[in-house]
Amino acid sequence: MIDKVFESLQAAVADVPDGATVMIGGFGNAGMPSELIDALIAQGARDLTIVNNNAGNGDTGLAALLKAKRVRKIICSFPRQTDSWHFDALYRAGEIELELTPQGNLAERIRAAGAGIGGFFTPTGYGTLLAEGKESRVIDGRGYVLEQPIHADYALIKAHRGDRWGNLVYRKTARNFGPIMATAAKCTIAQVSEVVALGELDPEAVVTPGIFVQRVVLQENK
Amino acid sequence: MMKRLTRDQMAARVAQDIPEGAYVNLGIGLPTMVANHLPREREIFLQSENGLLGMGPAPAAGEEDEDLINAGKQPVTLLKGGCYFHHGDSFAMMRGGHLDICVLGAFQVAANGDLANWHTGAPDAIPAVGGAMDLAIGAKQVFVMMEHLTKSGESKIVSQCTYPLTGVGCVSRIYTDLAVIDVTPEGLVAREMVEGLGFDELQKLTGVELKWQPL
Repeated sequence: MIDKVFESLQAAVADVPDGATVMIGGFGNAGMPSELIDALIAQGARDLTIVNNNAGNGDTGLAALLKAKRVRKIICSFPRQTDSWHFDALYRAGEIELELTPQGNLAERIRAAGAGIGGFFTPTGYGTLLAEGKESRVIDGRGYVLEQPIHADYALIKAHRGDRWGNLVYRKTARNFGPIMATAAKCTIAQVSEVVALGELDPEAVVTPGIFVQRVVLQENK
Repeated sequence: MMKRLTRDQMAARVAQDIPEGAYVNLGIGLPTMVANHLPREREIFLQSENGLLGMGPAPAAGEEDEDLINAGKQPVTLLKGGCYFHHGDSFAMMRGGHLDICVLGAFQVAANGDLANWHTGAPDAIPAVGGAMDLAIGAKQVFVMMEHLTKSGESKIVSQCTYPLTGVGCVSRIYTDLAVIDVTPEGLVAREMVEGLGFDELQKLTGVELKWQPL
């Protein structure tokens, strides 16, 4: 019997090694898998490369991981916010590397990795600072920039319901990066608010098919 | 005496030009105010980059849902018929040219439609771009909404942007507190001016040559 459901958040992240590239779902705090991140902080992995849209909000979730100084590099689109003080302090102290990428390029680089694409030409960022050092090309009269896929060792995402085969549905705008990150990591760990029996998720409405998910864990430890 | 438009009046002016059935993304800040001025009887689809189409107004106090937010991370609602999707699809809507209009704020717009709105270029600034570059190149029409002048009185419409670019030649129309100006292959064409403002004075306040051709 295939059962991807892990008994605890701690067990789900136990094997994340130092130096791993970890995608973390969420747009701000919507869809942020904060319980998995707390488990990762307790686990102790360091020198991580993190992929997220932002660079932490307030003091919880990704911000807490940054505060604990576990992150060597972050790949994101919008680090600077009114409540990104932990990132701001690390950045100004030169203690974190930032790879800034336009949000749609970030999403497509993740999607490309998951879909087996080796790179793609995008019009976003053409002729700007963020295209410097990248190959660009004019196709049918329009300028494009070559962007590379982003692969990850792990993806930590938050979904609403999941089953033991790893099928997932999300809740409202908490979906955001979850479905594409699930495709781009060697090991995708989904925290869910409810584990349901096989067949309970409407197959017409499954958002992430279980093939993209290796581990499912309840958001709150029993 | 010229009557500069207030921010609300600018938002109302932009709203006039958004037709029934349009798929629209309103940028963070000033453009967000356009939503308050869209006529209720007009069906317009508001897209938010974080994965919703058919965005509704802010919820009543106490009815906020932390899983239902807009690009500015404020709580919003979903209209009947609205839907959710992931980030890959959301930016395909932009990059793929499926949005009819996006409305963006700006630091500067150049005569050829270059847009600068993401970075002041200050050496100590932490850069953040978000969806600005995707929006700039994605929609069929890009409307910019900004004050005509900086706080120190310089024209924000310039011959060449001095701030780092967001997109090249991407702006279609500029709405300021003084005028409505189209970006055309023949240069900038002023279409409207506020009451009490003459074209000579508008030209004097604007960093590049304008034509006056009301619609």
